[in-house]
Amino acid sequence: MTAPRSWWKVRPGQLSASVALLPLAMIVLVAYAGTVLWSLRVSLTDARTFPSDVYVGLAQYERLFHNERWLLSLNNLALYGLLFIGLCMVVGLLLAVFIDQKVRGEGLLRTVFLYPYAMSFVATGLVWQWLLNPELGLQNAVQTLGFDGVQIDWIVDQDKVMYTIVLATVWQASGFVMALLLAGLRSIDAQIWNAARIDGIPTWQVYVFIVLPMLGESIATVFVLLLTATVKLFDAVVSMTQGGPGNASEVPAKFIMDHLFGRANLALASAGSVVLLLSFLALVAPLFYARSRYQKRVGHP
Amino acid sequence: MNSRLSVARWGIYCFLLGAALFFLLPAYVMLVTSLKSMDEIRLGHLFALPAELTIEPWRSAWSSACTGLNCEGIRGGFWNSVGIVIPSTVVPILLGALNGYALSFWRPRGSQALFAVLMAGAFIPAQVMMYPLIQILAVLGIFGSLAGIVLVHTIFSMPVMTLLFRNYYLSIPTELFHAARIDGGGFLRIFFELVLPMSVPIVTVAAIMQITGVWNDYILGLVFAGREHLPMTVQLNNIINTTTGTRLYNVNMAATILTSLVPLAVYFASGRWFVRGITAGALKG
Repeated sequence: MTAPRSWWKVRPGQLSASVALLPLAMIVLVAYAGTVLWSLRVSLTDARTFPSDVYVGLAQYERLFHNERWLLSLNNLALYGLLFIGLCMVVGLLLAVFIDQKVRGEGLLRTVFLYPYAMSFVATGLVWQWLLNPELGLQNAVQTLGFDGVQIDWIVDQDKVMYTIVLATVWQASGFVMALLLAGLRSIDAQIWNAARIDGIPTWQVYVFIVLPMLGESIATVFVLLLTATVKLFDAVVSMTQGGPGNASEVPAKFIMDHLFGRANLALASAGSVVLLLSFLALVAPLFYARSRYQKRVGHP
Repeated sequence: MNSRLSVARWGIYCFLLGAALFFLLPAYVMLVTSLKSMDEIRLGHLFALPAELTIEPWRSAWSSACTGLNCEGIRGGFWNSVGIVIPSTVVPILLGALNGYALSFWRPRGSQALFAVLMAGAFIPAQVMMYPLIQILAVLGIFGSLAGIVLVHTIFSMPVMTLLFRNYYLSIPTELFHAARIDGGGFLRIFFELVLPMSVPIVTVAAIMQITGVWNDYILGLVFAGREHLPMTVQLNNIINTTTGTRLYNVNMAATILTSLVPLAVYFASGRWFVRGITAGALKG
């Protein structure tokens, strides 16, 4: 038995390492944990322009869910998320699989598919705003070609405006999905392909029944990242439609920003941000749980 | 069998070419629009090449386009963004490298729990943190200043920067590190003399991610940068969406291209490194 030694005598560098991690600790405690708790607290008060100490229980949440604009924004986000995530996945996967067929000009094609991802959502929104301009944009170009009946005035149509935002952001982000899934495809053992060829299994069946399940983890990662982008949806809406026409393309992030700054309703905005956080957690928590169980079963680190 | 195979090849190439056209179309339209006069644009031939090439829209976008009463173009925003991007790349990378180094080689007590909370923090929507951060920066006296926006970018990039360096250092054999310890190297000496010189590849990846990410940011710049330091993305949106009177689509598209030039240049120059950043940064998901 050795006498208990103090830890700083054992590893003299440990103290320096702890000190070096102080900025990180401050960021985690104050900027992350602290701000979330602060927003949670404010959402339980009657704060308008300034923070307040008068607690009103869940009244702000009740008001929030009676607020038509908020309900519309949640609806829009659900529709958007479904289409954006779904389309990005399908387009990204198709591009990745087709590029993986030993095609010519692979490098050039990958560059073309991924460049929109280097552009900001603001620039993306502005380009597509111009392309979809009802007077001078795509609609006009298609109609002058002789297709008079074609209507592409979605951006000024309250029922269709969300689709235009889906279109623009899918254009921006699906190359990113392609890059991640292509990396996943390339990491699959070539032996599997050889074995499948010897057994005479058609290529598409190998993809559907063997490769796709093996991409499961990559797909889960892509899903979480796209979901994060969905919750953040703000820049593209602001630059493309400013939430219009009317309130037709309102989204939660914009609702919160408007109530924080324009409308000076701090408590309601905080309640909205807490709801946004909780809904996101409710969607990813089962996924993370399933993954950690899966990794335990197959003996991953 | 052979002809069916080549039909499949045809299908693959058709799909890929169609997709390439879809991805290139907006860039093409953006470029030709920016080189036309407004008179020509009003004719409505969206895809036509400019009948008369003009670079006037570019000049105007850079130095005389108006946001409200202010008609100085987008050049101010360009320099503001440069001023924000440089410190917002250097500081997070240095901090991220230091964090990754401490978390992988030294692992002081409680550090792994700290890292876990940080990773969870990566998923918090910015709106939840927005107002409290404003309050904190106001107390520190740096709200609406360059220092303020740099601090905010540092905060929001901390999860991915720390993760990037931690994972990179975990892949380095610990024998090197132990040898340095036995030779009497201290915490900072090992960091500067052994670890940082080995970090060039991951610093490159991190720099690409930060430069493009910070340059493309809109919401943080809008809220935290203050009127004197509004980044280019915010000014671009103001020029295009808050104009009264006739909309100058050619100037708008020139300004949009100008705003995208820096991240696009980084993308085209860095090639596979950009993709490496995507795959390395995605590990948190």
